[in-house]
Amino acid sequence: MSDIKKFMYVNRKAPYGTIYAWESLEVVLIGAAFEQEVSMAFVDDGVYQILKGQDTTEIGVKNFSPTYSALGDYDVNKIYVEKESLEERGLTVDDLLDLKYEDEDDDWAEKDSIKVVTSKELAEILEQQEVVLSF
Amino acid sequence: MSTLHTINKSPFDRASLQSCLRLAADGNAILLFEDGVYGAMKGSTVAELVEKALSNKTIYVLGPDMKARGVDESKLIDGIKVVDYKGFVELTVENDKVNAWV
Amino acid sequence: MKFGIQVNEGPYTHEASVSALNFVKAALEAGHEIFRVFFYHDGVNNGTRYTTPPQDDINIVNAWSELAEKHNIDLVVCVAAAQRRGIVDEGEQERNGKDGNNIAPGFRISGLGQLIEAGIQSERLVVFGD
Repeated sequence: MSDIKKFMYVNRKAPYGTIYAWESLEVVLIGAAFEQEVSMAFVDDGVYQILKGQDTTEIGVKNFSPTYSALGDYDVNKIYVEKESLEERGLTVDDLLDLKYEDEDDDWAEKDSIKVVTSKELAEILEQQEVVLSF
Repeated sequence: MSTLHTINKSPFDRASLQSCLRLAADGNAILLFEDGVYGAMKGSTVAELVEKALSNKTIYVLGPDMKARGVDESKLIDGIKVVDYKGFVELTVENDKVNAWV
Repeated sequence: MKFGIQVNEGPYTHEASVSALNFVKAALEAGHEIFRVFFYHDGVNNGTRYTTPPQDDINIVNAWSELAEKHNIDLVVCVAAAQRRGIVDEGEQERNGKDGNNIAPGFRISGLGQLIEAGIQSERLVVFGD
């Protein structure tokens, strides 16, 4: 398994209503050990996964939103959020978790992992992928 | 690179078809199957969107799922091609990857 | 061509399992290789041998088992998803102190890495889900 492939995880579902978001994140974390070229996309209701301020205490299930902040440590730092999906939901990037990573090629400078892209840009990014895992 | 997109939801239930059409590159192939086949029918409120997409994308519909649901070929939007499971497999081979809009 | 298949939904509620079965059969008929079928989310419910549908209904679990035996296909049930949903093999039974197991013939329980590996090793990964 020496070859490196471009993997993209496409998230299109909201958290908590169904388990897909959480189990998808588990795949991303496990997948990080395989040292592939990984990126994530948040589209449609998937953008709700990375909304700030999630608190699940009163529904009694695990709040997994802090886990997204760990993605940078797993070298998952290409996180694309579709602009049109945000706008359709009345959201901006300020409503989202502040996801950061340390760039080892730039003296470990802290950088934003989230990049808001238009659907046209995301379509091009999707075209470049070799494996698309959708959740 | 070329992509085969698969859509298995009715466009009246979820917006998978609409999202796919927004994010699929020109020249890509789209397969409508399971409840996705309803998106291939003439005269609906999404038909115009699908007709527009046909100008730069190829759209297929899975015959076995159509038949199961009583959707006759005569009800399909002009230009949509019917394939069976053998054709589905061929589409995945012809394209470099599959993007499932689940 | 080498295919990896991911099944995200359980049998009967959703068509995904049947679609995946039909796809796998068609791919094998066309001479392709199925590297692995990976069952995730409620898809792990495809792997319980206690499934007993009415006689006039398709037995989806048996269909997978028969396919696995005939074509030597690797059917992998995700361990984390299986533990949540009570799909148990002998190893899991022992590890978690359960009073029995329910894994169907031809299936095995393993980690999520098996899905990533299927993505790397297969030339095409096809996902069936909700």
